[in-house]
Amino acid sequence: MQWDVVATNFDYLLFGAYPEGPLGGLAMTILMALGSIFGAFWVGLVVGLMRLSPRAWLKWPAMVYIEIIRGVPLIMLILWFYFLFPILIGKTLPAIQSAMVTLVVFTSAYIAEIVRAGVQALPKGQMEASRATGLSKMQAMIYVILPQALRNMIPSFVNQFVSVTKDTSLVYVLGVTELTRAAVQVNNRTLSAPMELYMTILVMYFVICYVLTSYSRTLERKMARYQARG
Amino acid sequence: MNYDFQWNVVLSGEYLDWILSGVKVTCQISAVSLFFAMCIGTLLAVMRLTRFKPFVWFTAIYTEFFRNTPLLVQIFFWYFGSDGLLPRFALDWLYDHDFEFAAGVIALTVYTSAFIAEEIRSGINSIPRTQLEASRACGLSFVQAMRYVILPQAFRIIIPPLISQALNLLKNSALCMTIGVAELLYMAKQIESYSFRAFEAMSVATLIYLSISLVVSFTITQYNKHFMRTVSY
Repeated sequence: MQWDVVATNFDYLLFGAYPEGPLGGLAMTILMALGSIFGAFWVGLVVGLMRLSPRAWLKWPAMVYIEIIRGVPLIMLILWFYFLFPILIGKTLPAIQSAMVTLVVFTSAYIAEIVRAGVQALPKGQMEASRATGLSKMQAMIYVILPQALRNMIPSFVNQFVSVTKDTSLVYVLGVTELTRAAVQVNNRTLSAPMELYMTILVMYFVICYVLTSYSRTLERKMARYQARG
Repeated sequence: MNYDFQWNVVLSGEYLDWILSGVKVTCQISAVSLFFAMCIGTLLAVMRLTRFKPFVWFTAIYTEFFRNTPLLVQIFFWYFGSDGLLPRFALDWLYDHDFEFAAGVIALTVYTSAFIAEEIRSGINSIPRTQLEASRACGLSFVQAMRYVILPQAFRIIIPPLISQALNLLKNSALCMTIGVAELLYMAKQIESYSFRAFEAMSVATLIYLSISLVVSFTITQYNKHFMRTVSY
């Protein structure tokens, strides 16, 4: 057991080379997860509502988008975006940007499904009543349906955030120094304590994800009480 | 865009063999992991229901820990870290055989079994508690009641979520590329570096993953429709 390797490199695992160099480590992981969930929320909301539309030209593209993204391993998407789109578009994206775009695209497909399920879970009467009071479909969506549906979706969003946090580890293949990459670097430099290092970052990921998961469970329990029923 | 596609380079001769062997390894690693994950997952779910405190704590810690940490790091942990964990003879045996494959199977099994355990537990919980009590009252032991009464009913309900877990497992197996298991994505990358036909190789691999996923998710939808019509709880 060589826990001193972990102890001496603990700063690096937390912040990367931050004050002297670029930010990395756990801080980078959290920032990337926050950024991607924020981007993915808006894209996912639009795609999810498109998927619910009765018009074929809105519904089908959304369906194809969701099915393709959800049917392919994330690591494959990451490689597509980073190595192959430059061939098509003709210019390269820096690793971090490319990773963020991939995570947003990937997560948005899952959020779209959450949005769809959330809207469908509301009683039909809500939409019918809003339409009957003279709101247009768009207005009914924005002022009546979404405010209720989105609130019910918050626990699912938190769970999705946990998934994104775990997914950011895959960005390691592009060389972005988030937590996993930082640990691999330290391991390559020291070579003596792989078990201790990976155990440490597993625990770091676990602390963040577990806190969030428990929070989402509490939220779910609280919200079950205030739901509009059919 | 000026890129001339040469599909026959990838879809013939040696490169085609590579892709096929990649598909084979992907299927193998997924099937082996799925088998073990199902066994361990069922065991964990039943242990959780025994209400024997050490079992309950153990399963709770196991499922929470492995569900809330990234699979990639778990793969690294088993692959690079097992040196300090396993006894010498086990390591020697593993190094003589396919250690990458074994580490991949262990990581995928442990990760997936945590998810499967939760699915099975919720399946068992959806069977009314009185079923268990009635079976116990008939004189069946706890294990017998599980085996003959509760689990057969629970498994019927959880088949769709279990299949989607299997699908996730198949997609997750692509991560074993990072430790050098020669599965589909690894082979696609290898063809890319030998032939520089990156676009074609990746497209073929993507299409294979995609078609498996789409066929399976279509089957689940059909099963759900059929199931909803015939059974109602």
